[in-house]
Amino acid sequence: MSNLSSGNKSAKPALKPLVKSVLSSRLTFPLAVLLIVVVQNIITTPTFFHISITNGLISGYIPNILDEASRLVIVTLGMTLVIAATGGVDISVGPIMAIAASFCGLLLNGTEYRTDIFHSPLILALLVGVIGGALCGAFNGFLVSGLKIQPMIATLILYMAGRSIAKQITHGQTIYLMNPVYKWLGVQIPGVPIRTTIIISTVMVILVVLLVKLTSLGLYVQSVGINGSSARLVGLNSRAIIFMAFVICGILAAVAGLVESSNVGSVNSGELGSGIEMDAILAVALGGNMLGGGKFSIAGSVIGAYIIQAIKTTLYAMNVRADQLNVFKALIIIVIIVASSNVFKEKLKKVTHKVFSKNMSVGG
Amino acid sequence: MKDNKKSNILSPGLLAKRKSLSNTGVLLLITVSLFVLLYIISSFLFADSNFTKFTVFFNLFNNKAYLLMLALGLTVVIITGSIDISVGAVTGLISMVIASTLLAHGVSVIWTIPVSLGIGLAFGAVQGFLIAYMEIQPFIVTLAGMFFARGMISVINSNSVPITNKTFLSWSSAKIYIPFLYNVRNNGTHDVAYLTPAAIIAITVLIVLIIVLKKTKFGRSLYAIGGNGQSALLMGINVKKVKFQAHMLCGLLAGIGGILYTLFAPSGNPGNGYGYEIDAISSSVIGGAMLIGGVGLPIGTLFGVLINALIERVVPLLGIVEASWPRIITSAFLFAFIVIQSVFVSTSRKGGLRLQPLKLMKFKRYRRDLKL
Amino acid sequence: MDVMKHEQNSSALIMTGIGKSFPGVRALYNVDFKLRQGEIHALMGENGAGKSTLVKVLTGVYLMDEGSVRIDENPVIIRSPQDAQKHGISTVYQEVNLCWNLTVAENLFLGREPRKMGLIDWGQMNRKAGELLQELNISADPTAQLDSYSIAIQQMIAIARAIYTECKFLILDEPTSSLDADEVKKLFTLMRKLKDKGVGIIFITHFLEQVYEVCDRITVLRNGELVGEYELEKLPRLELVTKMIGKEIENLSNLNTNKDESRFEGEVPIIEAREVSSGPSRVAPFDLKMYEGEVVGFSGLLGSGRSELVRSIYGADKAVQGQLFIKGKKVRIKKPLDAMRKGMAYLPEDRKVDGIFADLSVRENIIIALQAKKGILKRLTRKEMETYADEYIKLLNIKTANRETPIKSLSGGNQQKVILARWLLTNPQFMILDEPTRGIDVGTKTEIQKLILKLAGEGKSVAFISSEMDEMIRTCSRMVVMRDRYKIKELTQAELNQSAIMKTIAGGEVGNE
Repeated sequence: MSNLSSGNKSAKPALKPLVKSVLSSRLTFPLAVLLIVVVQNIITTPTFFHISITNGLISGYIPNILDEASRLVIVTLGMTLVIAATGGVDISVGPIMAIAASFCGLLLNGTEYRTDIFHSPLILALLVGVIGGALCGAFNGFLVSGLKIQPMIATLILYMAGRSIAKQITHGQTIYLMNPVYKWLGVQIPGVPIRTTIIISTVMVILVVLLVKLTSLGLYVQSVGINGSSARLVGLNSRAIIFMAFVICGILAAVAGLVESSNVGSVNSGELGSGIEMDAILAVALGGNMLGGGKFSIAGSVIGAYIIQAIKTTLYAMNVRADQLNVFKALIIIVIIVASSNVFKEKLKKVTHKVFSKNMSVGG
Repeated sequence: MKDNKKSNILSPGLLAKRKSLSNTGVLLLITVSLFVLLYIISSFLFADSNFTKFTVFFNLFNNKAYLLMLALGLTVVIITGSIDISVGAVTGLISMVIASTLLAHGVSVIWTIPVSLGIGLAFGAVQGFLIAYMEIQPFIVTLAGMFFARGMISVINSNSVPITNKTFLSWSSAKIYIPFLYNVRNNGTHDVAYLTPAAIIAITVLIVLIIVLKKTKFGRSLYAIGGNGQSALLMGINVKKVKFQAHMLCGLLAGIGGILYTLFAPSGNPGNGYGYEIDAISSSVIGGAMLIGGVGLPIGTLFGVLINALIERVVPLLGIVEASWPRIITSAFLFAFIVIQSVFVSTSRKGGLRLQPLKLMKFKRYRRDLKL
Repeated sequence: MDVMKHEQNSSALIMTGIGKSFPGVRALYNVDFKLRQGEIHALMGENGAGKSTLVKVLTGVYLMDEGSVRIDENPVIIRSPQDAQKHGISTVYQEVNLCWNLTVAENLFLGREPRKMGLIDWGQMNRKAGELLQELNISADPTAQLDSYSIAIQQMIAIARAIYTECKFLILDEPTSSLDADEVKKLFTLMRKLKDKGVGIIFITHFLEQVYEVCDRITVLRNGELVGEYELEKLPRLELVTKMIGKEIENLSNLNTNKDESRFEGEVPIIEAREVSSGPSRVAPFDLKMYEGEVVGFSGLLGSGRSELVRSIYGADKAVQGQLFIKGKKVRIKKPLDAMRKGMAYLPEDRKVDGIFADLSVRENIIIALQAKKGILKRLTRKEMETYADEYIKLLNIKTANRETPIKSLSGGNQQKVILARWLLTNPQFMILDEPTRGIDVGTKTEIQKLILKLAGEGKSVAFISSEMDEMIRTCSRMVVMRDRYKIKELTQAELNQSAIMKTIAGGEVGNE
């Protein structure tokens, strides 16, 4: 009996910090959610881990999620930086995708709306697309860092006008890119068994992580996001850093736009990337990042993006129609956000505390 | 006693700092004069489009009554430093609900009103609870609200649902003519200005809201918590409750907006209300509300909405058929206003750029004279 | 207008056995406190002693874990600021807790606006506000927006708001930290007036002189526990300090051993400013020379331009205008980074707003300036960062759980040390320290003063601003005096005494001492 109780006592202090660190770690929550989604999938879909090779491509449930999530992952990377640096969001990423793809499509197709001939070199077209995205990012960045406008309002301008501008670029019509080489970007490079989307999104994640870890960008962005005034006085150029975050976000959105247009084989300025801004913001939040800016985790955001896609795929598998998906998405968002909110966590802590102390008194 | 007061006002201590027009006032002035200017320019540029006619002016109200409701709701939450991006989707949902109930169940048309208001209030209540009491970011909460409302539209019906109910259509097409405000047509008949019931409701709500925001404890609490929530708390304001109520009010206004929209375009369509949250936000911002909270006036929002309506009317006259252009131009205006606001914020922090007090006093006297 | 009701029966506010804990910290333990009506009661203690927590418990911002509050022998429960107001307890906090976007009158009456037929009567509200402001001799227009006034006026308005409630107990939490001497005097007049009317006042301040000028009784807290309650006359200054920090402090009077300024003859100054300014609205063009190994004090009333002067050398607000020489070489400084590259460091006045990165760790807060200086591409390795952080945590005796603790969970004094470490790490030649000892406990204050002298001893040049005259006299070898944005005089070592400084600040009109 005495042995038991002493065992209890030694177990408790070991358990408490564990519970504490698990509760406080940023990645715990998104990982837990991902786990739940995966477990749910394993139960409902026996073929969840099944991977096969069809048409020289690795396919299956998981590769499918990775493929579908790729654009969101790329956009989310940029969104993470913007949110961290400014405490605001960039809601113009969807329209930027459309603008970038429109520029690229314009160069490739010339005046034809449906062709399989490249009218300009592919590299040039891609480059122009990316530069277009960077310019959009620079515009947003100028408004926020130069004119000190709140990010959501500043990016509202491109959010409102962006798709209309993209439509003007493509002469008001949907253009179809039929050249098989263009498909390499968003579907498959002949002979490579992994979908290009997965490769590109992985490369982008690695690039951004390297950018954040090998340079001081991460520290600078966090510092500016937490306290812009202090940042200036310790010699950081807050404006330049915020500007840079928006430009990077624009470039990444452009890359996602190009991948998407290749994936669907067309540029429809009204549809391409529509609604992705909301998903990206959500992914950042799901990743345990504060939407108020400051500290951030790229890994968390990427996990957040995959969670969203996994949920989508799961619901499709359950025969939920695409337009009804939003209801479930909303409910899931609410549950997740409430569960991760500080108020809820504190209440939970109180409850667990009570349980712990009850156990103690019972044991003693 | 009166003399006493006067000496009080003129005492040196009080004279040391003279009254100056606040930023809010300047922003409002800019918005109003912009609208007036745009209107005058339009009437000269498009002489044959009858901008000088009363009907055209009042149609701005008739066409955008619903947007005024949504934008007022946004103004209320923006003043508290919050946001609600679900209002467009809620509008769409309500129009679908009204259309479906009228079609399928043959329910008495009067019931659509409490149902619609109930939907708006329900959204406001749930979102307000999550924002105020669970302390979750308003953007995320109302984003979820938007997803939910959009999804529910499709769950109810993913096709267009026409409204054929006679009573409802008669409300929709009713015109209330305004006596004495008419222009004489070429053939001698009178072109009398009219307001739709929707516009009258909208204007009534606007007036009520102006009074509430200026003259009630609740209204001032909205500004206080938007200016500095911590201070407001210490000054004895129940910040959470006020925030919750603000979202309830926004939901209620979205409910009214939904009804007015359905009266304006009587059918349930899955695309209804798409992007209206952006129109509402931009109207509110053009009207002088600042997203940092604490600043905004309902009357400014009215002019934001009118500018929006005017652009939509003018752009096709410029010979631009492409439907995307009004959006681009509204965006350009939004851009201009945002820049002006940012200039104001930065100069006022440096203590510069304030209009002299004289003009304001004159304006006040003018107002007093009008009352007499 | 009868604002405050006078009640003769000596009612009192009694707090017994108050306890309050936060995760990981016990902020208050078994504290008793008694406030009588018609007294001014100083609540003293170092940072982290529990003063603010006690006040917040009393005003309903925090709920206490244990203990009870009684007013006039009746137990009361305070769960919210509204409850506190209901029981006649009003508070003015350290930071101005008003709303910038409302008018002065609204700020005075928010929550209790005069009404007519259910609606707010603006005319009456403005009139009443005007009367109240005049009664208290505050020059502010009731209809003006609050943010058109200086912080000092805003503070007075906050006090006006607090006493307008039919308050029996008034808590002033460091109200004087943003007021200049004249305004402090006005405040004290006001406090005595309220005291005579029977209001019980809790007065929290870091200025010992003010305690002895205006208070009747002192309660001392230390580490969240009660040390004792004393009559003012029975507790001399030194004893009070001893009770606050719990040990005898060293005599500081002879800290400065290196005060001979004649040795600078013929030396090239580290910093030489000729006609430097940063715009006329901030500070008038000034000349200044500072040499190796000296501590120069900058004094003047609040708003005299002393902070603006040092900021203008650092380029903190905008590019430096005029000519600036560093070690005889002319330099152009457009932004803080330029100044840092030329060997300057600037510890800002407002630690919370301009200094710390609250969510970042102690390590990151320490290396951030060095990293900014190195640029975005030359990242310090993790190992370097850790070595630097550990070195300075040890050197400056920073009390933190470990180097990865977020700085926001450190006490004020330790946060200040972290910021000092941040600048020392950049190895500056010229350090600007604006109020490095403000709002931190007596023990740390002494440490920082010693550190300043040590730095001067190592050949650095230090510009030092402090509101505490004693501190400046003890540490500085010269003093620059500012008045109305002009640099009016430099006092030499021989002239450095309280009355000479006061005379210069006041502009020759003597008689206030």
